[in-house]
Amino acid sequence: MSRLFLLRNSLRVIVLLVVAGFVIGPLLAAFFGGFKSNAQLRTNPLGLPASWDVSHYAGILDDPSFWQYLGNSLLISSATVILTLIVGAAAAYVFSHIRFFGARMLHSYLLLGLMFPFAAAILPLFIKVRDLGLLDTYWAVILPQTAFGLSLAILLFKAFFDQLPRELFEAAYVDGCTYLRFFWAFTLPLSTPILATVGVFVFVQSWNNFLLPLVVFNTESIYTWPLGMMQFRGEYLTQWNLILAFVSLTILPAIVFFLAAQKYIVAGLTGGSVKG
Amino acid sequence: MITSSYSFSNWRQRLRRGRASGRLSAVLLLLPPALILFSLFVILPLADAAYYSLFDWNGYAKPSDFVGAENYQRLLGHSTFHTALWNTVQLVIVSLVVQLPLALGLALLIYRKTPTNALFRLVFFLPYILAEVAAGLIWSFVFDGEYGVTAQLFHALDMESVYILADRQWAFAAIMTVIVWKYFGFHMMIYIAALQGVPKDLVEAARLEGAGPWQIARHVQIPMIKHAIVVSVFFALIGSLQIFDIIIPLTNGGPSNSTHTIVTYLYTFGLTRLKIGFGSAAAIFLFVIAMLVAFFYQRHAMAKEGA
Repeated sequence: MSRLFLLRNSLRVIVLLVVAGFVIGPLLAAFFGGFKSNAQLRTNPLGLPASWDVSHYAGILDDPSFWQYLGNSLLISSATVILTLIVGAAAAYVFSHIRFFGARMLHSYLLLGLMFPFAAAILPLFIKVRDLGLLDTYWAVILPQTAFGLSLAILLFKAFFDQLPRELFEAAYVDGCTYLRFFWAFTLPLSTPILATVGVFVFVQSWNNFLLPLVVFNTESIYTWPLGMMQFRGEYLTQWNLILAFVSLTILPAIVFFLAAQKYIVAGLTGGSVKG
Repeated sequence: MITSSYSFSNWRQRLRRGRASGRLSAVLLLLPPALILFSLFVILPLADAAYYSLFDWNGYAKPSDFVGAENYQRLLGHSTFHTALWNTVQLVIVSLVVQLPLALGLALLIYRKTPTNALFRLVFFLPYILAEVAAGLIWSFVFDGEYGVTAQLFHALDMESVYILADRQWAFAAIMTVIVWKYFGFHMMIYIAALQGVPKDLVEAARLEGAGPWQIARHVQIPMIKHAIVVSVFFALIGSLQIFDIIIPLTNGGPSNSTHTIVTYLYTFGLTRLKIGFGSAAAIFLFVIAMLVAFFYQRHAMAKEGA
């Protein structure tokens, strides 16, 4: 029995390590690749660099457009998060607290977005954004992203608000607290866990978004980092060490963010599936 | 139970008595932003796509050249579109046959809450949060015929190196490898969350009766997490329909248009060539397929499982 157990356990560890290697291998190859010369990259794409040449990394960190890309992404993602949280929570609060004619229908209407493939709307979105005069502005990405994130946000917010104790509202109401004040002073502060979950989820989606900025941005100065990275790749087509350094530097913040906020990321990314 | 329903009806009575103006202004202030944003940037564009798809239109001035169903006919007759659809079907198959079983197997191995398991979970989930474009670029290096890791492999086997991503036969298989790499962790997390909800007594009881881990998984755990599997299959289906970002850095739809998906197709043949009408027909096609999948899947699989 114990030999079987031992065998089984070592098999389990081997499987896990192989998969872990499959997952991490390309990431490490990219990270190490950024330190190598192109000649070395050709003979040794996977292993440790023979000498740690930091010049490629340093060159990118010295490049103001690299920081510009990251700054643009940060601005757009933050604005999308703030807008989604405020607009989504406000709507969910109404659905959770106020019964009025048509509320159910409007709620279902706003949840339709859960099923719609974003890409199906991309051509008319381009036309709409252009006709609104928003091409090449941050709003061209912020507003549609917010709109497409609203359905999931409202679904998760309403489920959370419904579970907040009614007695609290009752007491506040007797004391003359209005709906608006209650929303601001009680509902929002009590809902920080779900606000954080949705916020982190929306942030990651926006940070990684590629299709929408690709379609509505033309000027390099407002490029988000995925666009900037593709631009950089186009410029240094065969200089893999530079490209790998660039990629590594852009995924580093994502990994740090992931480690810091993993609780919320996992909850947000799998939470929608559990609820809906 | 009695007190809570009492206080609830009590609360409703007070509401009815209460200041209706507070309710009205709350509704009028808090709801419209969501309704306007959602209508303007989600619903209206989809309606526009349906309208544009009936015109031959380059996106400037107003659409005036009404062509009826011609865009749809051209779309359905385009061999590249057939390839794109077949590629999407392949993605679905690989998801169901490779990705989800892999995710389920790993979830069973590491669902228990121990520090090492937590570490593996973190590692396996990591690719999911990375941008598709970054993942695509890293893997396009791995697959590079001159520099890449696979080139090294070919050399080691004393074979002529192949530019996998430029090879019609291998390019899409390479893309599917990257997609499994990128998304299996997500499905694994769904399964882990569900497995942790399976009552421990059930698993323990099965073990006491002499069932091995394989039997426990098959007869106890997997039946208990069916709802999670149903949900993750749904995500895999809908996700396969929408693959775009990851293709662009890897092959950009090439070589000779053999690796398009529905979305790269509508981007390449609709937007970059400013054939808004034709691209919209592809968009509507995508939309209808997604709706059909959602509708039938929810009706059959999800309703049965109550998920």
